[in-house]
Amino acid sequence: MKRLFLALSLMLAASLPARAARTTTFTLDNGLQIVVLEDHRAPVVVHMVWYRVGAADEPPGKSGIAHFLEHLMFKGTDTLGPGELSKIVTRNGGSDNAFTSWDYTAYFQRVAADRLELMMRMEADRMRNLRMTRDDVETERQVVLEERAQRTDSQPSVLFREQRRAAQYLNSPYGIPVVGWRREVERLSREDAYAFYQRFYAPNNAVLVVAGDVDPDHVLALARKYYGPLAPTPGLTARHRPQEPPQLAERRLTFRDPRIAQPFIVRSYLAPERDSGDQRAAARLTMLAELLGGDGATSVLGQKLVFGSRKALFVNAGYDGVSLDDTTFSLVIVPTPGTSMQEAEEALDKAVAEFIDEGVDPDQLARVKMQLRATRIYDEDDVESLARDYGTALTSGLTEKDVQAWPALLQQITADEVIAAAKEVFDRHKAVTGWAMPAAMEDGQ
Amino acid sequence: MKRLFAAVALALLAAFSALPLRAAVDVQAVTSPGGIKAWLVEEHSIPFTALEIRFRGGAALDAPGKRGAINLMMATLEEGAGALDARAFAKARDSLAASFRFRVSNDAASVSARFLTENRDQAIALLKSALMEPRFDQDAIERVRAQVLAVLRSDATDPSAVARKTFDRLAWGKHPYGSASDGTIESVSSLTRDDIVDAYGRVFARDQLYVAAVGDISAEQLGALLDKLLGDMPEKHKAQVGRAEYQLKPGVTVVDFDTPQAVALFGHKGIRRDDPDYIPAYILNEIFGSGGFESRLMQEVREKRGLTYGVSTFLLPMDHGELIMGQVRSDNSKMAEALDVIRAEWRKIAENGVSAQELEDAKTYLTGAYPLRFDGNAPIARILVGMQMIGLPIDYIRTRNDQVRAVTLADINRVAHRIFQPDKLRFVVVGHPDGVKSTDD
Repeated sequence: MKRLFLALSLMLAASLPARAARTTTFTLDNGLQIVVLEDHRAPVVVHMVWYRVGAADEPPGKSGIAHFLEHLMFKGTDTLGPGELSKIVTRNGGSDNAFTSWDYTAYFQRVAADRLELMMRMEADRMRNLRMTRDDVETERQVVLEERAQRTDSQPSVLFREQRRAAQYLNSPYGIPVVGWRREVERLSREDAYAFYQRFYAPNNAVLVVAGDVDPDHVLALARKYYGPLAPTPGLTARHRPQEPPQLAERRLTFRDPRIAQPFIVRSYLAPERDSGDQRAAARLTMLAELLGGDGATSVLGQKLVFGSRKALFVNAGYDGVSLDDTTFSLVIVPTPGTSMQEAEEALDKAVAEFIDEGVDPDQLARVKMQLRATRIYDEDDVESLARDYGTALTSGLTEKDVQAWPALLQQITADEVIAAAKEVFDRHKAVTGWAMPAAMEDGQ
Repeated sequence: MKRLFAAVALALLAAFSALPLRAAVDVQAVTSPGGIKAWLVEEHSIPFTALEIRFRGGAALDAPGKRGAINLMMATLEEGAGALDARAFAKARDSLAASFRFRVSNDAASVSARFLTENRDQAIALLKSALMEPRFDQDAIERVRAQVLAVLRSDATDPSAVARKTFDRLAWGKHPYGSASDGTIESVSSLTRDDIVDAYGRVFARDQLYVAAVGDISAEQLGALLDKLLGDMPEKHKAQVGRAEYQLKPGVTVVDFDTPQAVALFGHKGIRRDDPDYIPAYILNEIFGSGGFESRLMQEVREKRGLTYGVSTFLLPMDHGELIMGQVRSDNSKMAEALDVIRAEWRKIAENGVSAQELEDAKTYLTGAYPLRFDGNAPIARILVGMQMIGLPIDYIRTRNDQVRAVTLADINRVAHRIFQPDKLRFVVVGHPDGVKSTDD
C-alpha cells in the first residue's frame, strides 16, 4: 500500500544482502579493480565503471559538480562525437545510463554479450580523453537545472529530505544534495568540470564490474587491452573527508509546503556504517530495521501503530550501512486522520521504548532470517542488481570479502545484540526530527 | 541520473515484447487436467517459480457510482483470508518467504506470485485462500481505505496526477477510462463492505484468465497447481466493459497550479494493438519519442535546446480505446517553446515521414534489444502473459524480429501520415506556463 508509501520506503531502503554467485576479481597494474560476475542463462552483459568519487568529494562552493560531470561524460572524446557513445550503444540494441551518489559515480551499458569489447573500448576512451565544447556545457547546465526542478523542486518530500540532511550533517559533506544547490549549479563551469574529471577519473580510482554471460579470463584480457594502457592519477590519496563531530543537541525542523497533502514525520539518528572487516555493528542495525519496520503487517512498528493503537497509516524503519562515512537510521510515521503530529511522534517513541523493554519475538527473528535466506535465492535471478551491490560496496570502503561475508553475518545476529544496538542508536540527542506538513495545518491538529 | 524513463513506456514494452531464441524454444503451452491454459518456461537452475496470473477486465468493471471499489478490493485481498486475519496471513506468508502482489489497471487484475520450490504447496494453499476466501473484515477495509484516501489526497497536489486526470476526463468522459481507477475521495469514502464483495464477484472468473509460469516447475506440476489454485473459481464473468467513446478535441487546457516546473501531457487518438499497422507505428514512436537520447524529441527539446530533463511519447492501446500520447516537463518560462517544438516535430513527421537511415537505426536497435528483455523469471512471466492477453500466437516469438525487419520506408511513411495528426493534438498543461493559454472548456 501503495504509491505514496512506496516513495517513502525507497527513501529509507535498507541495504541489500549480497548473494552467492560465481565471482572473480583482478587488479590491473595501473590500479583498476575488476569484478566479474557470471550468469550464463541469457546472452546479456552489464558493463559498469564505478568511480570512487561523488558529491561528498566536491570542492566547497561547487556543489553538483560530480553530477554535472556525469552528464558531460556523454559529450564525446577525441574519437567520439557528442552523444555518439549512446548512439552506438543504441544501434547495438543496448541501453546505457549513469548515476551519481555521495560516495560514487557510475556509468553502465546493458548489451548483448558479444558487444562487450566495443563497450570497453568506448568507456576506457572517456576515462581519460573527454572533450566538451562551451555550447554543450551551457545547454547541459540547463538540462541539469530542469532535472533539479523535476526531481527536487517539484517534489516536496525531496525538498524536505534535503533540509533534513542539511540539519543532520553539520560538517560532513553528506549534508549537500547530490544534484547541488541551485545557485551553485548555475555557476558551475567547464573548467570546474575538467579539474574534477582530470583528478578523479583514473584507473586507480575506478572499479570495473562486468556481469552476465562472460568468461572471466576473456574479460581480463579485454580489460588489459583497453583499460591497461591508461595512466593513473599520481598522488591520489585515500578519501579523508570532513567528519561529523559528536552531536550534543537534538535538532528539530518543521517543513511546510502547500503541496504536502499527507503530513508525516521522519526521525533520523546518526549511525555507524559498514566498515571493512568490521561489519557486525551494521549487521545488528540492519536486523533492527528489518524487525522494526520490514513489513507493514508483521513488523514491530506496524503491529503496534498501524494495527494496535491505529495512530499510523504507515510506518517504516530504514538503515543503509553501505556508506563511506557515518550514515543514519531512520523511522517514519504517517499519522491517521485525527492523530496530531505530537501524538504521532509520542506514539512512535513509545513503540520503540516498548520494543526495547519487551525484547525480540523469537518467531519474528526466525521469519526475518528465513526471508533473508530466500532473498539470496530470488536475487540470483537478477545479476544486474548483484553487480550494483558490488559496485556500491567497493566504492564505499568495503571489499569483495566484506560483501561475501555479509549474508552469513546477518544470520548470526542474536536477539540480545539487536536490543543492545537499539539502546545505543536511539538517542534523541543524536537525532533530527522533521515534521512535514501542509502550509495551513496547526501543529497540534 | 542522466535520463528518466517513463514508467508507462516500460509497461508498454512488455506488451510488444517477444523472446530471445533461447527462450523461444523453451516456451510450452500447458493445459491443466481441469482445462486451465498456461504458458511455461522451465528454468531449473534457481529453486523458485514466478507465477503471473491476469484476469481481463480490471478496474473498468467498477459498478456505476462505485469508482475505486475494485482497487480497494484488490488492496484488501491480502488483509485476511480463511481462518487468518491480516497479521496472521502476513506471518504465514513471511514464514514461507513467498511474495504475492495484487494489482489492478483499468483493463486487467493481476496476481504476481513468487515462491520457493521447498514450500511450493504451502505457498499455493495460502495464495488460494487469499483469492478464494478473502475475509474483507471491516477493520481491514477501513485500514486500507484510509491508505487509499491518503494517496488520493496526495494526488490532488501532484501536478502529474492532476494532468493525467484532466487528460483522461477530456479523452473519455463518463467511461471508466475517463476517471482514475482508484476512485475519488467521495466515491471511496462511501464504499461499503457489500460494494467490496460485489467488486470481488466482478473480477474473478475463469473465462478471461491468462497464466504464465517461469522457473523450477514442470508442466505436470504446473497443471496440478493451477487446478488447485483456480479450479474453484466461477466459470464466467458477470459484467463486461463497453467501448469507450473518444472525445478529445484539438486545443489546449491550462490547469492553474503553483509549481516552478509545469507538466504537459499531449496526444490524440491512437492505434489498436491488433491493427495491421501496429508494428510500423511502434517503430515510428521509437524514432519520434521513445525517450532514449536518439529520439527526435529528446534531440530537439533536450539536447539542442536544454528545455527539459525528459520528453517522451508512447502508444497506449487499451482494450476499449486507444491513444498516442506524450509527456514533457519544463520550467514555466520555457514550456511555450517546448510545446512549439513538439507541435512542429509532430507536423514534420506526419508530412515528411522518416529517413531510410532512421528506419534502419530503429530496426537495428529494436531487433538487437529484443533478446535483452528476457533476463529473469518474473520479467519473462509478465511478458508471456502480456502476449497472451493481446492474442499473439506462441510462435510470434520466432517471427517478431522478421516482422520488424519487413517494414519498408513506404509502409512507415504511410503510417506516419496516418498516425500523427498535428491538427488533432490536445495539450493539457498543469502549472503557470508563460504564454500558454486555454483554448476552450
